[in-house]
Amino acid sequence: MVSIPEPTCAGRVPQARTSESRASESRTSEARPSIVVDTGGAVVSVSDGAGALLPGAHPGARFADVVPPWLARAHDERVALGEDAYPQPARGLIGEHGVDAFPGRTRRGALLWWLVDDGEARSLRTRLDSERARSRLLQQVSSELLASLNVDRCMEVTARLAAEHLADAVAIVGVGSGRSRPVTWCVTGGDAVREKVAVDPEEMPGLPEALLGFPPVPSRWIDPRRVPSWIVPADFAGSVAELGSVVVVPLPGHGLPAGAVVLLRRSRESAFTEAEEDFARLFAARAGAALSAARIYAEQTHIAGVLMRDLLPPELARVQGIDFSGRYRAATAGERIGGDFYDVHPAQVEDGRPGEAAGSGPGSGSGPPAGPGRVAGSGQSAGAGQSAGQVSAAVTGQMSGPGQAPGAGQTQGPRQPSGAGQTAGAGQAGPGQSTGETFAVLGDVAGKGLEAAVLTGKIRNTVEALLPFSADHERLLTLLNTALLSSHHTRFATLALVSARREGRVVRLRVTSAGHPAPLIVRGDGTVEAADTRGTLIGALPEIKVRTAAVELAPGETCLLYTDGITEARGGPLGDQMFGERRLRQTLAECAGLPADAVTERVQMLASQWAGERRHDDMALLAITAPRNTHLTAVDGHTRGRFTA
Amino acid sequence: MTTLSRELHSFAGLRTQLWDALLDCDEIHAVATVRTAVGGFDGDRCAAVEHVLLSLIAPAQARVGLAWAANELTVAQEHAATAINERCVAALLDDAADALPPPHRGRAVVACVDGEWHALPARLVAEVLRLRGWRVDYLGAQVPTEHLVAHVHTSGAEAVLLSSSIPSHLPTAHTAISACQAAGVPVVAGGAAFGDQGRYARLMKAEWAPDATAAAELLARGLEQPGPEAARTPDLDLPHLKDQEYTLVRRTKAQLVKQTLADVENGFAAMRSYSEFQRERTAEDIDHIVGFLATALYVDDPALFTSFITWTGGILQARGVPPRCLVPALDSLLHQLGDFPRAAATLTAARSALTIPHPGRHE
Repeated sequence: MVSIPEPTCAGRVPQARTSESRASESRTSEARPSIVVDTGGAVVSVSDGAGALLPGAHPGARFADVVPPWLARAHDERVALGEDAYPQPARGLIGEHGVDAFPGRTRRGALLWWLVDDGEARSLRTRLDSERARSRLLQQVSSELLASLNVDRCMEVTARLAAEHLADAVAIVGVGSGRSRPVTWCVTGGDAVREKVAVDPEEMPGLPEALLGFPPVPSRWIDPRRVPSWIVPADFAGSVAELGSVVVVPLPGHGLPAGAVVLLRRSRESAFTEAEEDFARLFAARAGAALSAARIYAEQTHIAGVLMRDLLPPELARVQGIDFSGRYRAATAGERIGGDFYDVHPAQVEDGRPGEAAGSGPGSGSGPPAGPGRVAGSGQSAGAGQSAGQVSAAVTGQMSGPGQAPGAGQTQGPRQPSGAGQTAGAGQAGPGQSTGETFAVLGDVAGKGLEAAVLTGKIRNTVEALLPFSADHERLLTLLNTALLSSHHTRFATLALVSARREGRVVRLRVTSAGHPAPLIVRGDGTVEAADTRGTLIGALPEIKVRTAAVELAPGETCLLYTDGITEARGGPLGDQMFGERRLRQTLAECAGLPADAVTERVQMLASQWAGERRHDDMALLAITAPRNTHLTAVDGHTRGRFTA
Repeated sequence: MTTLSRELHSFAGLRTQLWDALLDCDEIHAVATVRTAVGGFDGDRCAAVEHVLLSLIAPAQARVGLAWAANELTVAQEHAATAINERCVAALLDDAADALPPPHRGRAVVACVDGEWHALPARLVAEVLRLRGWRVDYLGAQVPTEHLVAHVHTSGAEAVLLSSSIPSHLPTAHTAISACQAAGVPVVAGGAAFGDQGRYARLMKAEWAPDATAAAELLARGLEQPGPEAARTPDLDLPHLKDQEYTLVRRTKAQLVKQTLADVENGFAAMRSYSEFQRERTAEDIDHIVGFLATALYVDDPALFTSFITWTGGILQARGVPPRCLVPALDSLLHQLGDFPRAAATLTAARSALTIPHPGRHE
């Protein structure tokens, strides 16, 4: 422990010591000791302070008789120099005091000596040094604490600095939930140790008050022998019995206390003085402010994280023998979410493992990191079965699994999709509602930022609830349109829907665009074509009209869904051009035969680089690729390499 | 040791197998190959996986880059090969999941600089650390600095490992490095962007590791936590930035590219018959040249620019374009930036590197 130099009280000059020398009439009560001498060398007047220093000096006495020789000599020299000369100060001892004598003149022209005890100057210097050291330390405390917004780290820094500068050992008791509290210990020169412990603050004198933010109990009231052992750091050399002095100070937070600091000193000799206790409180004020800022940050981040969890784009992999890859980049670099979204809902399969399939279907229910892995896993096994030609068998009424929207069964059964006739490709899905199709959606809500993201969340939930109708894109979109029109949001959205099913080595898609750029198909030879689909956007008009396209992907071919953030990215080497559909098609032409991940990576990379550091809209991509390999590998974390035909 | 040397020996065959699988976009055989490689080891599975990651997969990835430079692979094939290599890494780590040591060595963040798309090197570092008992947050490619710093605060991680392979990202990397250090977290930089022996990393007051093993060892030794004095604006590390040359080149980049493109077109008759597509590629090349020039000014190292120009010359040559076609672009830039001593010196040095090997020729 390095002790802070104690501020010494200024003004402890001899006046106080020699109050017995009563002021005579001729003594002036000047603040500074001074003595006035006439040209003849006789003392005219003596201030209180000077009288104390020079008890023999009184008006009328000969200056040379009552002052030490060095001052008499200085006076003689000054007189000899005459009035025009610039008089020099002198210094020497008066009794045991070192004194600086500064020459001056009274208003009437008499010679004057100011006598300054240099002990006073020394004490002022000491005081200045100690103030400097204190503010240096406080500044260091602030800058070290402000660096981090992590609560644990702030606790460690506080403990370490306190152990370094204020005490031999430190325990910081934080605010916890329930009965356990986080405690951070540190001994001088050691590392901070952190642990959550179930302790009773009442055991430590002064601690309950400090934790409630009451004025601190003075150190001298706290009996070191009553300090409970859990307060003393494990690596503190010496026992509780050896503790000499204890201080408990509150860590004031913003409004609520952030905890309390317990400072321990080993010996009684170095007990905490009042000034040190005051300083400890200053220290604690800074630490408390930093800690509560960190705590507020942590709470806000947690809240934002929880709320955002369902809005984050899901991670995708292979689902039922079809490769999916999605990529997302929000318009604002600081945000992870925005007005674009995509989702992939694996077909619900009745046989196999319904529990798992159901769990994985509504992926947004479980957290995104956990969800996608499972999606891929269950998809894998189902896909393996399917590719062996059991497609139609595997995909009877898709909605029988648990965890689906209530009432879906009834709606589904009787209602033959009204659009089945018009909707190209609906027929392929087998009679009516049955699908076995994996349903993918990518969309773009007008606007960007958090407000748009909230609406994407609603649309994603609604689409999920409408999954029973996913066999009929027009019906699903009509229902979604009605739902959006009746909500209080004034925003509208564009969507691209894909129902995908693997048949042998090919993947059959039904693709519908609702006011969205038509998905692009990358053929094996590098030809890029737009899916022949178009339709009204959603959430703006009471009636919508869409046309679905049927697309077949041979192995290695990809269908890419994208939002206009890609094509409308402005930039390029010349700084002001749009990326445009032409460049997107050019890029895709080079992506023939690539895995889904590589396609989305390539496109996102080029579009992002095109935009460079300029503002761009949210960008979302979803690639659906028929795997080139006939067998399915399992590198998604669930099954070992399985070779199926 | 005998197992190891036997395996090293047979890696030669596996290397070819993996390469063929990558070229062929054949995920199955790629994964099977790396699994075979791991299976050939007795004993510690984590050590075996680490060895295969670093001695089989990493070299294959390096070869992908070289093959692209030599025009043996298209950019798209490069992406595809990388995607498959990623799958191989995932597969191996997945296999080793039950052998992984419980995290007992603290928490580290591994991320690529914003704008950096080459994620595999960072991924390998992340997996090696995981295999050695670290708790690793792998944030992936192109991590915006805001995300990185927010993650550092919330996670309370002990160290950040920052990867960048392309030097143009150095200014961004510098911002990220100083932001993490200001948060009291030490940074280890890695990747080709940070220069020979990590000289640019040192310039930015970051630690540097040449490879994943070195990074893991550096972390194991313990890094010094930056103090409050680490809170600084990045430009304080680079006093030469006061001359504003970097700032001006960066700010007028689009104009510089436009003018250079116009000059090159005027001086180079063949270009007038270029297709729109070819013109666009030329504009992109010029954009890269100006970008690297700005970076060279940022780190005050003309050699960075010269080596980029000679490297580009090599790339062009591999595609049947004479490297000397870069000279008109350099001349145009030299003309536009003649008043900036550092930029002019940098351009002149690169120009002579291009032209001196063939002193006899004239345009």
